[in-house]
Amino acid sequence: MSFLSISQVSKSFGGPPVVDRVDLEVQRGEFFSLLGPSGCGKTTLLRMIAGFEPPESGAIAIDGEAMNHVPPHLRPTNMVFQSYAIFPHLNVFDNIAYGLRKLKLPKQTLRARVEAMLATVRLEGLGTRAADQLSGGQRQRVALARALVREPKILLLDEPLGALDKRLRETMQLELRALQRQVGITFVLVTHDQEEALSLSDRVAVMEGGRILQVASPRDLYERPSSRAVADFIGEINFFHATVREIGGETATVNAGLLGIVTLPRANLAAGIKTGDHILLAIRPEHVRFASDGVAGDIAAATFLGERSHIHVSIAGRSDPISISASGAPATGPVHLAFPPEKLMGLPAGD
Amino acid sequence: MKNRALFSYALAYLAFLYVPVLVLPVFSFNNSEFIAFPLSGFTTRWYGALAGDTAMQHALGNSLKVGLVTALLSTLLGLTAAKAVTHYRLRGAGAALGFISLPLFIPDIVLGISLLLLLGASGLPLSLAAVVLGHMLVCVPFALTVLIARFEGFDRNLEEASADLGEDGWMTFWRVTLPLMLPGIVASLLLTFITSFDEFLVAYFLSGTEATLPIYIWGQLRFPERLPMVLALGAIILTASVGLVVLAEYIRNLGVKKPMVGA
Amino acid sequence: MADRGRNFREGYALLAPTLAVMGLALAAPLLLMAITSLKSQSGISFSEGWTLSHYGEVLGRASYRSLFLRSVLISGAVTLVTVALAYPMAYFVAFHARRKFIWLVALTIPFWTSYLLRVFAWKIILGFNGVINSGLMRLHLIDQPLEFLLYNPFAVVVTLAHAWAAFAILPIYVSLEKIDRSLLEAASDLGDSRFRRFLRVTLPLSMPGVIGAAILIFVPTTGDFVTPQLVGGTKGTMIANIIEVQFNAVGNWPLGAALSLVSMAMVGVIASLFVAAARAATRAAR
Repeated sequence: MSFLSISQVSKSFGGPPVVDRVDLEVQRGEFFSLLGPSGCGKTTLLRMIAGFEPPESGAIAIDGEAMNHVPPHLRPTNMVFQSYAIFPHLNVFDNIAYGLRKLKLPKQTLRARVEAMLATVRLEGLGTRAADQLSGGQRQRVALARALVREPKILLLDEPLGALDKRLRETMQLELRALQRQVGITFVLVTHDQEEALSLSDRVAVMEGGRILQVASPRDLYERPSSRAVADFIGEINFFHATVREIGGETATVNAGLLGIVTLPRANLAAGIKTGDHILLAIRPEHVRFASDGVAGDIAAATFLGERSHIHVSIAGRSDPISISASGAPATGPVHLAFPPEKLMGLPAGD
Repeated sequence: MKNRALFSYALAYLAFLYVPVLVLPVFSFNNSEFIAFPLSGFTTRWYGALAGDTAMQHALGNSLKVGLVTALLSTLLGLTAAKAVTHYRLRGAGAALGFISLPLFIPDIVLGISLLLLLGASGLPLSLAAVVLGHMLVCVPFALTVLIARFEGFDRNLEEASADLGEDGWMTFWRVTLPLMLPGIVASLLLTFITSFDEFLVAYFLSGTEATLPIYIWGQLRFPERLPMVLALGAIILTASVGLVVLAEYIRNLGVKKPMVGA
Repeated sequence: MADRGRNFREGYALLAPTLAVMGLALAAPLLLMAITSLKSQSGISFSEGWTLSHYGEVLGRASYRSLFLRSVLISGAVTLVTVALAYPMAYFVAFHARRKFIWLVALTIPFWTSYLLRVFAWKIILGFNGVINSGLMRLHLIDQPLEFLLYNPFAVVVTLAHAWAAFAILPIYVSLEKIDRSLLEAASDLGDSRFRRFLRVTLPLSMPGVIGAAILIFVPTTGDFVTPQLVGGTKGTMIANIIEVQFNAVGNWPLGAALSLVSMAMVGVIASLFVAAARAATRAAR
């Protein structure tokens, strides 16, 4: 049985559902992310796990216990808020110790635990600092420490790195990952930044419009997206309309218009696709090759990004240029493009 | 340049505000019954005379009583209303607030008289209690303004964080909400106390036989020989009020740096 | 965020006591006043029956009408003078003062004295033997005391303008302070001189504060009888004096009630017209 189990949970605020019949299973010790654009319901879902919003229907269980009637202060979860919510009238030590007070620990024990946590988040010696004298990164760590010191079963993080500048964010991402491995607690993180979700998580749930589109490891999401929405959301991708002609044992043949007749591995087709279906062939920019013959086109724009270049090639009969990511590529002129079939993915065209 | 002219204007304006007020202490030490130049020498006999004025002291006591009760009740009512309006998305909140703020836009004389009529119709006597009611009308809008501003600057996540960290509703209120609201509450208490203490028009109609200090002063203004004593009283009130206001501002800014920390 | 959707009842319950008290102390009495104004009066007590005669008297007597007019004019003058004088002061504190807190405290301190005494202080200052006159005479700048200073509308306007200054400064300051400084920078960037920028950006954006201040001052000053009584003399009497007299010396409560309601209605109408006009003017100026 999974550690955090969400079944058929829905929530609406008087209009269309913000969270729509969501099913989710998170394993113990996982670093799990909820990824999606603003308004997709991920924060609401997180708050329902924390207990701040009651689900309209469905059930949430943590470690086997049903949580539906448990108020937030009795749940085995702790949250790092987007705004950090550091108590302005308490210093760093008292902020971190806040949730431990009701345990009535002996003074030494309390002190030792808080000091240990300060060391874990690398804020040693700052215990007496006032709340309003902390930098953004420090505030974030205090919020983390405050939540972790209570040793919750699940740590919930609501876009914790959004307010930090890019370099700090990247550093904090690495620290967060290391921290999770170190303490071994299940983390559930909410973010709209797909790079963040992919680099931190063991598994990611992509959400849109209150629904879960796909739950998979970062690699699987990238290489085997189950739908156009997911493929589009994660990284860049090129789409071609195609029709399935034949599905064999190991391969499938599709009529791909500009690309001609293409045979690709059957495993690259998303589940549920049948012969005759209208599908989308998708290929990532880094897999498109320049070749001596193939589909003809003209370079429309090229952006030099250091190690790689980002190139847009316009093709006759197609309004969107093809996106290519390559190193040492030409910058202008006519080219030919090859699309290795083993790198093509077949997705339902429905959505 | 533009700054210099504006700065001079500011100073002149400040002088315009202070000069009439400074009349009080200056002539309260003047050894003459006539409030005119030239000054006739320094004396403290007017202050001494105040010590023996039992009627004044009685009125002072009344004003303090009324002020205290008004401050407590107005702040309490302001607190509940402010919390209701900022924490819950209530329909008609705007209308309710407008209604509560109405006394600000009605001349005090009308407020006083209409309450007078209410008391007459219900058979209740004119008294200090009636004055308290009248003063609450005037003071609740002020309390509300101060407290709503304070609530709105309050990061609601803080209460959720406290709950998330294990504290139930009552403990959250005690450990987070109250300490952070305290400066606003104190400011509201001081503001409403001072407003009530200084209020004349409404008290004039409602106090019956018990006088508040402004009513006492009003009675004294007819007697020229008592004028310096009244000025002495005014000078004392001025000093005390200044002290209170400075204290209120100091407390109000404790524990809250602008912008609100936590974001 | 947490309690927004549910617990409406808690919210209304919290709001209820305040609404109830204010309703009791405000709505009921005003209603009563309306009722009283319709009662017949014989001698010094109510008699049977209802009548509109008091309203007839209020609206019919020329002396009352001129008193209404004078009160409105005086209050209007007070509002204008107070706001006009306060605006540059508020502007200074909002844009040029370094220690704003100290300035604001310094500006509000004079108002934490007894209102009566402040009015009385002006009486002393403006009087025949008062501070100004005795001072000027001592300096041999005049031979005879100036008589135009006291016991007329001028004295009332000066005294009230002083008394209500804080109610002008604070709202105007707040609305000036809220103006996003980058808007001003944008205006300069787009070619406006400092003066034009003031007219086109600062002034319109501060209008809510100015309008608020104007209403906050205009309405209560129409109901003040202390200042007219102390420094207004016979030429400076305002409507509130007559109302006060009806309730105390004369004892004609229905007439007093009618006067109160008419003056309140009049003031309300003027104030609403003013706000509407000011809003329209602000929109047109763009």
